Amino acid sequence: MNQQATTASSTARIAGQGHFRTLRLGTPFQPRIDALARTQDWYNWAGYRAPHSLWDEELEYFAIRSQAALFDISPMTKYRIEGPDAEAMLNRVTLRDVGKLKPGRVHYTAWCDDEGFVLDDGTLFRLSPTRFRLCSQERHLPWLLDSASGFDVTVEEETEAVAGLALQGPTSFAVLRDAGFAGLEALKIFDIADFPHDGGTVTISRTGFTGDLGYELFVPSDKALSLWDRLMCAGELRGIRAIGYTALNRARLEAGLIVANADFTTAEHAIRADRLRMPDEIGLGFMVDPEKGHFNGRRAILEARAKRRLRHVLVGLEIDGNIPAEHAIVYHRKTREVGLVSAAMWSPMAKRNIAIASLARPYGDTVVEDLWVEIYAMRELQYQKLMKRAKIVARPFIKLDRRTANPPADF
Amino acid sequence: MKAWDAIIIGGGHNGLVNACYLQRAGLDVLVVEKNDWVGGAATSRELTPGFLYSNCSYVCSLFRPEIMRDLELPRFGLQVISYEGGAVFTRDGDYLANYRDHDAHRREFARFSRRDAEAYDRYARDVTRQCRFIQPLLMRTAPDPASLRPRDLGELLYLGKKFAGLSAQEMALTLRFWTMSISDFLDEYFETDVIKANFALSGIIGTALGPMSPGTAYVLLHHYMGEVDGSVGAWGYARGGMGAVAKALAASFKASGGTIRTGAEVDHVLVDRGRAKGVVLAGGEEIHGKLVVSNADVKRTFLKLVEEKELPDIFLRRVTNFKIRGSSGKVNIALDSLPEFPALPKDSPVYRGDMHFTDSMERMERAYDDWKAGRWSADPFLDMVIPTTLDPTMAPPGKHFMSCFVQYAPPKVNGSEWTEADRDGFAESVIAQIAAYSPGFRDRIVHMEVRTPREIEAEVGLTEGNIFQGELTFDQLLFNRPIPGYAQYRSPVRGLYMCGSSTHPGGGVMGAPGRNAAAEILRDLAKSTPHMSPAHDVI
Repeated sequence: MNQQATTASSTARIAGQGHFRTLRLGTPFQPRIDALARTQDWYNWAGYRAPHSLWDEELEYFAIRSQAALFDISPMTKYRIEGPDAEAMLNRVTLRDVGKLKPGRVHYTAWCDDEGFVLDDGTLFRLSPTRFRLCSQERHLPWLLDSASGFDVTVEEETEAVAGLALQGPTSFAVLRDAGFAGLEALKIFDIADFPHDGGTVTISRTGFTGDLGYELFVPSDKALSLWDRLMCAGELRGIRAIGYTALNRARLEAGLIVANADFTTAEHAIRADRLRMPDEIGLGFMVDPEKGHFNGRRAILEARAKRRLRHVLVGLEIDGNIPAEHAIVYHRKTREVGLVSAAMWSPMAKRNIAIASLARPYGDTVVEDLWVEIYAMRELQYQKLMKRAKIVARPFIKLDRRTANPPADF
Repeated sequence: MKAWDAIIIGGGHNGLVNACYLQRAGLDVLVVEKNDWVGGAATSRELTPGFLYSNCSYVCSLFRPEIMRDLELPRFGLQVISYEGGAVFTRDGDYLANYRDHDAHRREFARFSRRDAEAYDRYARDVTRQCRFIQPLLMRTAPDPASLRPRDLGELLYLGKKFAGLSAQEMALTLRFWTMSISDFLDEYFETDVIKANFALSGIIGTALGPMSPGTAYVLLHHYMGEVDGSVGAWGYARGGMGAVAKALAASFKASGGTIRTGAEVDHVLVDRGRAKGVVLAGGEEIHGKLVVSNADVKRTFLKLVEEKELPDIFLRRVTNFKIRGSSGKVNIALDSLPEFPALPKDSPVYRGDMHFTDSMERMERAYDDWKAGRWSADPFLDMVIPTTLDPTMAPPGKHFMSCFVQYAPPKVNGSEWTEADRDGFAESVIAQIAAYSPGFRDRIVHMEVRTPREIEAEVGLTEGNIFQGELTFDQLLFNRPIPGYAQYRSPVRGLYMCGSSTHPGGGVMGAPGRNAAAEILRDLAKSTPHMSPAHDVI
């Protein structure tokens, strides 16, 4: 294994001392985002100052569903994994068969510790036969380096070096085409291609976190602002708007997608042993490929399946009424506590009250009838307690044809 | 002649905690303290005008919040202030800081190693899991594994259940934690020497072991299982110095009707037909009591205060062999201005935290080698804080009190008693180390108090100056602390109890031994304890 030198020289180290003065970093797009931040509503995303909203979280959501929404994903953790053995190494780390991931394609995957508990989920970009980019919520350098032992592969964190944007919504294709990315219409969902930009290259994938037509764009940090300007300029007539996380979070819930450390606790952060989850317990069982060779957690996962030791299940719920059931307790027959809602909303697209919940098996697995949620709705300093019927439904909660249409439509 | 319901020997924090609980349960309690002040090792004295020191103990985290609340210590002036991390200075002119902000902490570690920066979460998770396992045990009497009494069986079952509640990996980790060296333990997570040294310091503070000695991983845990207001692992300053803890306890005790006699050194415990009857002071005065509780360490209690003939042979031998080795000293310094450290930016929060100069495991172990050879460390390990950066009550504005905990200092120098010259040499090793990182440091010194194990033993009464009243090694923990069969605060002499840090759960300004001992005493007296809160839930 040849790996990136992970230790720094003393001069470089000393030069970096002053970081304590800026606890929340700006991303490469920060000058543009700051200029648009009318609500000044920030949160901490992995040490970066990221917007909850920029002007109006409700309207920002509708920008995703009606026009084109630009969301800065630069704080997402990114690792570059490269070398003749990169595919073999990633097959060892992740659940899905990387051999089936062709160059120029992306897949959604997850990875586990040796006990089969999920460390994180994320997207794996195969940029070339021997070069990958792994994007995730949490940080995993020790795991990746340890797993790279014995493989001819380089693992390098590139979170700061690579800036990322998600452009999502029905006019996102038209915006990019108008911005001059010729040939973009050939990209099918989960395809990746490189396009020239500002004397360099932007990598565009037809991916996203909204269940809508959309793209993700990655550029070297020094080309970030010119990319932003190029999109905003081209998108002006097609309603492009920058958005914050609250709007995106609504779209992802309608799309039925889960968020690490919101809908499940990642293994390296779970203090309480019963919070650990195997892929099958958070709806990611489909990723596990027992046909491929060894991967981290394989034995434990297969044993848990064989011995029926899977204790939880993650489900989509449709709940009566229109009051969001965020963090509500799920009951069986209104009495027995069987789980917890991790995300919930009234879905404007589905016109239904939807939620993602984790249930203790057999509830949600073989026992799916007679489920209820108890909603504590605070209204003018009083809880309105509601017991509402919940029905298990398939995810995604909404399915938009435009997401996968080929060629993509203009709106 | 008056017979007190209980006489507490020693007004250290555990003695005072014990006295408070007994007095509040309706007993008529007397505390006898040899010094003219109370507090034992949790004391703050003004040795030079305007400067209040934390003469021994200097930071606060382990002191149980249940006790603070039960004894109304906030009402009697106790306030604990959380402080920002700290730093290890490196010899190449840099430093490694610990920041409270999670991302700043990661970025700081990434300056040295990106891998170690990202390994920290796993380390923190594992340590937190172990702390959560141990924390509930602090406020419970350890079961006697040889006893068949329902209570002991119940407590054993509780321990067993807690242990069985761990996953196989955690169980393995628990056993490793209790037996491994801190150096080996840290190797499992980190690759960078200075990062390991940064964490290893908690594994050696107060113990006569080096970072490569088995058992030091537990010592680290012992320093992590405290809290400041629910923030587990956090450390703070007691406002007004650690003496504020003793002051509040004494005030609480007196307010509930208790009596303290200072300047009253106990010569020995009065024993009549196997039962404690009171104490005899150094001047010969006899004070009678229905029971006697010793806050002194187990060696001092049974080798100095109780006549040998009153004690069983094996018990005596075990007390004699109890490991309570002097390993540390203290240098308290009054400064006429805040020292400067050129390596450290002037606006760094590190000035308000704890500072260290030992940037490698090797240096830490070599410092221990000196101790083994019977010398103070030529290149000592310092835990240095400047509480006056956050506490305005300890020095005039602009002036500062600096506390340096120093390791290692042997109980004897090359086999001989410490001399004044030795003490000066010891102090010089400390000042020289600080001055090497802080030019002009010597010129800022207004006054200095230097305490080797000799001074600590003579003044505080801790045998060999051991701050924990006995090593925190696994053979001296839980139902083995201090002596197997005598881990429930009782002794071979009826009516004579122990309440110091020699007993479970051990040292540090925790108060748990004093409280647990009170629970046992009140149980023997068949008194209920409505004023004693159970341990807070760990959820």
